[in-house]
Amino acid sequence: MSSDLIAERRRKTILSIVLAVICIIYVLPVLTVVINSFKVNTYVKTDTFALPTGEMWAGFSNFVKGMTFGNYPFWNSVKYSVFITVASTALILLFTSMAAWYIARVNSFFCKVIYYLCVFSMVVPFQMVMFTLSKTADSLQLNTPWTIPIVYLGFGAGLSIFMFVGFVKSIPLEIEEAAAIDGCGPVRTFFTVVFPMLKPTMISVGILEIMWVWNDYLLPYLVLDINEYRTIPIHIQYLKGSYGTVDLGATMALILLGIIPVIVFYLVCQKHIIKGVAAGAVKG
Amino acid sequence: MKKRITGMFSNPLRRWFWLFLGPVTAAFAIGFVWPFIQGIYLSFCKFKLIKIATFIGFGNYVSALSDASFRHSFWYTALFAVTSLVLINVLGFAAAYALTQGIKGSNLYRTVFFMPNLIGGIVLGYIWSMIFDGILSRYGTSILLETKYGFWGLIILMCWQQIGYVMIIYIAGLQSVPEDMLEAAKIDGASRWQTLFKVTIPNVMPSITICTFLSLTNGFKLFDQNLALTGGQPFIIQPDGSTIKTTEMMALNIYNTFYNSNSASKGVAQAKAVLFFILVAGLGLAQLAYTRKREVQQ
Repeated sequence: MSSDLIAERRRKTILSIVLAVICIIYVLPVLTVVINSFKVNTYVKTDTFALPTGEMWAGFSNFVKGMTFGNYPFWNSVKYSVFITVASTALILLFTSMAAWYIARVNSFFCKVIYYLCVFSMVVPFQMVMFTLSKTADSLQLNTPWTIPIVYLGFGAGLSIFMFVGFVKSIPLEIEEAAAIDGCGPVRTFFTVVFPMLKPTMISVGILEIMWVWNDYLLPYLVLDINEYRTIPIHIQYLKGSYGTVDLGATMALILLGIIPVIVFYLVCQKHIIKGVAAGAVKG
Repeated sequence: MKKRITGMFSNPLRRWFWLFLGPVTAAFAIGFVWPFIQGIYLSFCKFKLIKIATFIGFGNYVSALSDASFRHSFWYTALFAVTSLVLINVLGFAAAYALTQGIKGSNLYRTVFFMPNLIGGIVLGYIWSMIFDGILSRYGTSILLETKYGFWGLIILMCWQQIGYVMIIYIAGLQSVPEDMLEAAKIDGASRWQTLFKVTIPNVMPSITICTFLSLTNGFKLFDQNLALTGGQPFIIQPDGSTIKTTEMMALNIYNTFYNSNSASKGVAQAKAVLFFILVAGLGLAQLAYTRKREVQQ
């Protein structure tokens, strides 16, 4: 065997070891959350990195306490978070794909205006509109979990319209033409012919929206009445931000419960998530 | 030919304007256009409530620019954005390069490195504040007590979160480097480093541009992580009685001016928000111009 090959093999071994070590360091923060969620509160600050053994072991008491922690049932936060995320994503996918098809095919002056406004909205930071948006939402009574998806549709339309229009333009017109000749009206053409073809972009856009809405803090915090409606991020921020001593053990238990669905979702749809995020980054 | 077909389609479709474009237009007007226009207008007004706003011209902008805490937050944000930009991109590129060498388990490493991206900013902030305080409490201090701890803490947090993100984009870029170019460099006797700098990196320039601007704008727009990790602490009381929150970034400064300050006018906060918007949009336009220029050259 030539010395080149041996050197190459040695290089790869060293690289593997380095990567494995970094990989372990990478999961440590999450493991720290796990061990501290089973630890008696007073030890979280003093023995953060110790395993919860002996008198530090709290069993599931942190989780039990966390359920009603901060005088707010955690279960409600989960319900609101799930509902808002699912409803907003569904609304965005349905309406922006319809709008994108119309924009790409009709191409009138008004369509161009909407399209460029959407592109423009992608570079506007939320702070620019947060005050006026929350006041507008308030006065239109869009301040409940049942109506906030409309606000998400409005503020989040930009990226998804941009991505859908790009994709629709790559679909050959002949397919829709054939449908029209067969007697399909525009509505049926869209829902039976175009909509199924949009699937790859639907997945990318859907994943970007799910990640955004599920983790979003400021928009729901400013729009919703937080005494009544708290999403998971709002609830966790409220626990830490409230005065007095914070029960770190219970907070970590809630954080763990909050990130488990995210990690499961990630492991199940990993391929799509990575593809979707890359697509969003390259285009946005 | 194309014109004919488009014409054939657009006419029946136009009649369905309200169904296809109506919902998005209405929501977009409520969720973006109207708040944006109102925001620009209110930045020239003195107001506490929107209904009682009096036009005062550029007064809010003068107040915003002469606010020491806002100027501090700008420099702090710029320093943070540039530092995190360099670290995230160098480390993200290194990770992508290592993972495209055909090492066993590359997929597992990629999965792990990308994972923190899915965790929300608020939750990330609290996870890391527990970790940093767990370390620093042994030395009798806390992340809330020293500006440099807050700064580097946030850098570490953002690296942990964002390295996997840029890594994904760099992997896609590295995989598209033509194999025969690398082969040719090898035959010509180029060393590994020469190949990296003379062949690989010039070929992934588009990815580098995307990632640089992405991490730069992300750095400038950062809010959740900043709020949850330090919330701006430690504070310094100025001789004139005003407070500078030393680890407060621009987005948080605007938020605090709106909601947590006793200033008589929210107009100053809105003016800060407009300045912030111009800055972030400017970065976006710079990216567009730069990408266009490169595309023309190639």
